[in-house]
Amino acid sequence: MHAQIAKDLHQAATSRVSIPPLTATHEGLTVEDAYQIQTEFLQLKDSKETRQTGRKIGLTSKPMQQLLGVNEPDYGVLFSDMLIQNDGVVETNQTMQPKVEAEIAFVLKRNLQGPNVTAADVIEATDYLVPSIEIVDSRIKDWKITLPDTIADNASSGLYVLGNKVTAPRDVDAKSVGMVLYKNGEIVGTGVGALAMGDPATCVAWLANKLSEYGEELKAGETILSGALSAAVEAAPGDHFTAKLAHLGEVNVRFAKS
Amino acid sequence: MTTTLQKDLASHLLACEENVQDTVKVTKEMAPDLTIEEAYLVQEQLVQMKLDKGLTIVGPKMGLTSKAKLTQMNVDEPIYGYVFSNMVHDNKSEVSMKELIHPKVEAEIAFELGEDIEGPGVPAADVMRATAAFIPAVEIIDSRYKNFEFTLPDVIADNASSSKVVFGERVPNQQDLELDLLGATITINDEVKAGGAGAAVLGHPANAIAMLVNMLAKKGEKLKKGQIILSGQLLKPS
Repeated sequence: MHAQIAKDLHQAATSRVSIPPLTATHEGLTVEDAYQIQTEFLQLKDSKETRQTGRKIGLTSKPMQQLLGVNEPDYGVLFSDMLIQNDGVVETNQTMQPKVEAEIAFVLKRNLQGPNVTAADVIEATDYLVPSIEIVDSRIKDWKITLPDTIADNASSGLYVLGNKVTAPRDVDAKSVGMVLYKNGEIVGTGVGALAMGDPATCVAWLANKLSEYGEELKAGETILSGALSAAVEAAPGDHFTAKLAHLGEVNVRFAKS
Repeated sequence: MTTTLQKDLASHLLACEENVQDTVKVTKEMAPDLTIEEAYLVQEQLVQMKLDKGLTIVGPKMGLTSKAKLTQMNVDEPIYGYVFSNMVHDNKSEVSMKELIHPKVEAEIAFELGEDIEGPGVPAADVMRATAAFIPAVEIIDSRYKNFEFTLPDVIADNASSSKVVFGERVPNQQDLELDLLGATITINDEVKAGGAGAAVLGHPANAIAMLVNMLAKKGEKLKKGQIILSGQLLKPS
């Protein structure tokens, strides 16, 4: 069953034709199932074409957790073909139903292996912080997702953009960093680091500990998107997004007109 | 609208505040046709009554400064009210629930003015230049209206729901402060409950103060050196 669902997701991603919620077509799908499906889904990517560049953490905010009726975040994997350069353009054929979020990204200089990883360990293992825009996307029709749906679908990962300014983790307190998200020059979101589980570094620590349950770890050089600082905003062709983060700088992305 | 009615409404709202008693909105029966301009006249009467009691003004405060609030109230301009000396509580002090009807807590940036500012036509940059210090503030709003049910004129007449304010440590104005990117969080019993950034206030908190100056100019009033002005709510509830 897992293999078939993984194929369906891969087919949806490559054809860009969304599929009904997995939990509707496969009753009783658990979170455990979903992470296994995610692994199988990602194995279908062509390893000659793309490589793992990091991880993303999702559902880090109270409102999102409440919406899906959960009390812990989830995670997905970032790949090299998901990276859009700062000020770059997202082509129409790169997304299906994109939404934009602003986050603080942690780039690691040391491996982080759980359990018992703390926020302080994360800061210790972090090379630098960089502002990021995450473009989330769903292979599930109309974003009608429950927790297993989004987990299986690589935590609704799409693309990501990183800013150009690098900040040492000790030079800034990530939880008090203010964030403003602009769409076509208009403010569409404001937030602060603490909205990600009280502290973005806590989110990264959670991920390191969660991965250890599967015998995995975060690796030096990886980029970790720590969680959205305001609600995801729908993107349409031609839209231009800017995220500004206090001390960390800004990051921009543009969606192609057609 | 007669001055008598303005005074009646102001007395009624002041009594509600003093007696910690809620009321139906004044536009329900007492003044169904109350306009925004008239509501500010009622507020002026209320302010005068407080001054007559020997209270002093700390500064004006801005309300409805978020896009969500403006949309919810279907207006395009924020409102203002006045913070008085007896509303200010010491940092880390206790506030008695007996003095409040149905309090709500907001986090704001207060501007302490180093110079007078007089409109109209004042840009936000002038506000930043005239500001001596910024002060983190908790504002406790407490509408006198039952269940916070009110129209725009109601809330203006009710001194923009002003009730209590707690100021933190003042931060002298520095030129490189990016107030729009300044993060704010509210923790309740050590748990982060809401957060936001300065830009939630009309794009930048100084925009709210500039708007206030220009609104006051219509009445021939100005902001004065030494006043401490609340610029508006930074948080979105989580």
